[in-house]
Amino acid sequence: MRKTRLWLLVALAILSLILAGTSMAQKEKKAAAPAAKAAAKNVVIGFTASQTGKFNVEATRQIHGLSLWMDQVNAAGGVKLPDGSAVKFTAKFYDDESKKERVQELYTKLINEDKADFLISPYSSGLADASAVIAQQYKRIMITCGAASDSTYKKGYTLVYQTYTPASRYLNGALDLLSKMDPKAKTIAIVHEKDKFSTDVVNALKTYAESKGYKVALFEGYEPGTTDFAPFINKIPAGVDAIMGGGHFADTSTFAKQLYEKGFKTKMVALLVAPPEDKFAELGDAAYGIIGPSQWEPQVKYGPEGAKAMGIEYFGISVADFTKEYTAKFKEPPTYHSAGGYVAGLLLEKAIATAGSTDTEKVKAALDKMDIMTFYGRIKFDTEKSHGLQIGHDMVDIQWQRDEKKNLVKQVVWPEAAATAKPVFYHAK
Amino acid sequence: MLDQVLSSLSDGIVLGFVYGLAAMGLSLIWGVMTVINLAHGPVIALGMFGTYLFFTQAGMNPYLAILLVAVLGLLFGFVMYGVAVHRVLNAPHLSTLLATFAINMILIGIGTAVFSTSPHNVDFSMGSLDAGPITIPLTRLIAALGAVLVTVFLYSFLYFTRPGKAIRAVANNREAAELMGIPSAAVLALSFGLGTMLAAVAGGLIATFFPFTILSGGPYELKSFVICVLGGLGNPLGALLGGLILGGLEGLVPAFMPVSWVPVVEFGLFVLVLVVRPTGLFGAK
Repeated sequence: MRKTRLWLLVALAILSLILAGTSMAQKEKKAAAPAAKAAAKNVVIGFTASQTGKFNVEATRQIHGLSLWMDQVNAAGGVKLPDGSAVKFTAKFYDDESKKERVQELYTKLINEDKADFLISPYSSGLADASAVIAQQYKRIMITCGAASDSTYKKGYTLVYQTYTPASRYLNGALDLLSKMDPKAKTIAIVHEKDKFSTDVVNALKTYAESKGYKVALFEGYEPGTTDFAPFINKIPAGVDAIMGGGHFADTSTFAKQLYEKGFKTKMVALLVAPPEDKFAELGDAAYGIIGPSQWEPQVKYGPEGAKAMGIEYFGISVADFTKEYTAKFKEPPTYHSAGGYVAGLLLEKAIATAGSTDTEKVKAALDKMDIMTFYGRIKFDTEKSHGLQIGHDMVDIQWQRDEKKNLVKQVVWPEAAATAKPVFYHAK
Repeated sequence: MLDQVLSSLSDGIVLGFVYGLAAMGLSLIWGVMTVINLAHGPVIALGMFGTYLFFTQAGMNPYLAILLVAVLGLLFGFVMYGVAVHRVLNAPHLSTLLATFAINMILIGIGTAVFSTSPHNVDFSMGSLDAGPITIPLTRLIAALGAVLVTVFLYSFLYFTRPGKAIRAVANNREAAELMGIPSAAVLALSFGLGTMLAAVAGGLIATFFPFTILSGGPYELKSFVICVLGGLGNPLGALLGGLILGGLEGLVPAFMPVSWVPVVEFGLFVLVLVVRPTGLFGAK
């Protein structure tokens, strides 16, 4: 017995020696890596993707957009620097399972083990907010996409930049549209998901509505994952002029369906996130007349002429080319999530080109000064109180209408300059 | 105010029937073999997807599809029982819990891979029934009716047929039942199959009025636990009444306070029943 124990001890000692040896060898390898990288000018872009869990649809589109950008920029020979070298990009990513806890752990790993030079955020405000802390802590520039919440940029971060129009401006356009469609409208009901993003949106909407003289007759939140909206619909006072709110895809489409089934009568229904999705049309009649704010739609008309009129530079791919190449590669038309992923990469490309370097400080200075037009719209960041907040980009509002063949089609109805059709009132049966 | 209470209450109660049906499946398995089936939620979701697939791919009427889903649910229950539950039935409770949790994870994993987590929708509408302040979509009324029918079927099966009586005998005392010549393994497999079938049918009915994802079974699983405690185990009528109470509460509470208080009231009741009447309000044992 004692003899076997002795042998066990010896074996353990040998094993621990071997392990220590290999880990040292690994450390040496790692130390040698950055030097080799600098010569090749290969930049690692790190991010997590929600390949599983509740965000997998939107996150996948975002990653598709980003990968399309990366393929294109690398195929074009990368970003040329003043010293004659070219910067090429490699992606390094993990699945975050749509969970906050995983995000922080994985971003730390991306920075420390995978030596990511720049970071792209995961999809959704909650996950992006969790990842931004890590980016700032380890002094890496992060471009957030799929994340509209304002609050992330009020925490004093200096290296986090937003591509989406912030939540505080999300539904304001729909309210402007309502006052245009019916100047006599005066009450709205707000029913929203109780997550970070939707709460930010509706709080700002409430303030905006009240400042415009509207009465908010109901203001109530529902838990993420809610499937039965009857209790909320029953609480909406009869005769409200508009119902606004919603949250993410699943809950918002359910809400729209049940509003229709209940035969609720109102003039406008404007909901978050779900309406711009093509899948929303599966709701059939329940989708008709629903309005939704979108970051981007394939119909938008951003181009070099518009940029010239505004006195800013147009950078990168055209709207038509982006739509064409994305559709060819992924066999589905791009959504605003896809455009967000693409533009996140495009911004980095532009900033590195302007800075003429991949140095964090220099790229940061280029981002701070950036004011450009892209296929996705204008990009400009707040550099004062809410550093990194997107202040250049504007939303468009879409509405589901019927074409001559009675098929449901998505039309841009706001702002008027970008509109592809006239808005119609919401008809419930 | 009265209008709101009436419409909320009717909505809640109609939904309560379906909650009851979902809980019946859990209650049966729990009552007969003291197995807490953690795969209950995903099975409900599979019932939803089964109905969805028959409806969209084969163009079948959803209610006809639910009949097929019921048969498939029964068979799936047998398989699940044979593969994962039977072997660990006599092991400590934690083993069956872990086994069914494993099935839960596997089903969700496969479901996510096949269907992704984006919501699916059985685009089927039959219009609504209007009666004063109350508007109830017909699909929900039919679902409630379906739930009542299934309860009647299950009740008569358990109380008036030989296999049903065998199930009750095994639930009461497995060893004694075996001594009387009842093949307990077959009876247990049958109960598990029936429980799974009930969950799948409930899922199918829910799919006719709520959009769903592979994760949608979760909330119903949770509600089923509360209903099992409210209604008592192994009693289909108890589960149905428990479902009605829960549905009624869900309708009534939001009329008077923010909707987020509903779980507080629900789970408060859950604890209260556990303290005052641990066998449930309509407990069989």
